[in-house]
Amino acid sequence: MLRVYGETLSSRLFLGTAQYPSPSVMAEAVRASGIDLVTVSLRRETAGGRAGGRFWELINGLGVRVLPNTAGCHSVKEAVTTAQMARELFGTDWIKLEVIGHHDTLQPDVFGLVEAARILSADGFKVFPYTTEDLVVGDRLLDAGCQVLMPWCAPIGSARGPASPDALSAYRAHFADIPLVVDAGLGRPSHAAAVMEMGFDAVLLNTAVAKAGNPVAMAAAFAGAVEAGRAAFQAQPLAPRDMAVPSTPVIGKAVFE
Amino acid sequence: MKLLVNGEEQFVAATTLAALLDELDYAPDFLATALNGALVPAAERGGCVLGEGDRIEILAPMQGG
Repeated sequence: MLRVYGETLSSRLFLGTAQYPSPSVMAEAVRASGIDLVTVSLRRETAGGRAGGRFWELINGLGVRVLPNTAGCHSVKEAVTTAQMARELFGTDWIKLEVIGHHDTLQPDVFGLVEAARILSADGFKVFPYTTEDLVVGDRLLDAGCQVLMPWCAPIGSARGPASPDALSAYRAHFADIPLVVDAGLGRPSHAAAVMEMGFDAVLLNTAVAKAGNPVAMAAAFAGAVEAGRAAFQAQPLAPRDMAVPSTPVIGKAVFE
Repeated sequence: MKLLVNGEEQFVAATTLAALLDELDYAPDFLATALNGALVPAAERGGCVLGEGDRIEILAPMQGG
């Protein structure tokens, strides 16, 4: 069980709801993975349109908790206002805070992120900040009121997997008592297992499932990988060694020469 | 009155935000609204008086990552 902001989540896999071939495939992927948290967003509704209402009814029918995001926001003001609108729309004070600083890499503007996190935390929000693996920024986010950190492992949608494993390990070690969620950049279940083996508490992904050839099967595969990675972390993996160490006992080996 | 609604110019008769949503055929239950960059809660739309050139954002739940 994962505890975040006083709430308990049974699954350590969080899924985005965008880019699936159809709403029904998204719903099936959520069910197949057994998760209890999905990310959602908010966008302009067209006059006379009812798409938002239909989507919201679909999500409600899944019986999962929602984590609205501020995706696409490039300024503190945009992110804060979007968070406030999300709180009203979705009826939750949880917010995945994104303040984007670079168009091509979608790298967070960590300065704006800290400022927005401070404003939103003071306003009662439970902020889930999408950040880099920079330790100092992580400290500042905690100072701002965050009780969870969500470092990327590679750029959003890149499917590269952990680009800086050593930095992620250091992040885990530095924030030993803070719930940490790897958000963005995961491409394969093995990537998710790898960061879970490091001791990260959960992973958040979207594109790797939604754009897979079979999103439903891939969602289930990620769920299995996250569980396996978590179990491996708890089982305390063997540290790497520089030289070979025979696994078969040497003592008692026959001598023929 | 000329307004900027979701980034597009609109000429409307409505003088409040609630009336604007009705005039433009929005379903008010699944929306969040902002006036000139600040949230207007659903309960305050009826008393939210619009002025010439105001910027309105009307957002709805959408897929997100």
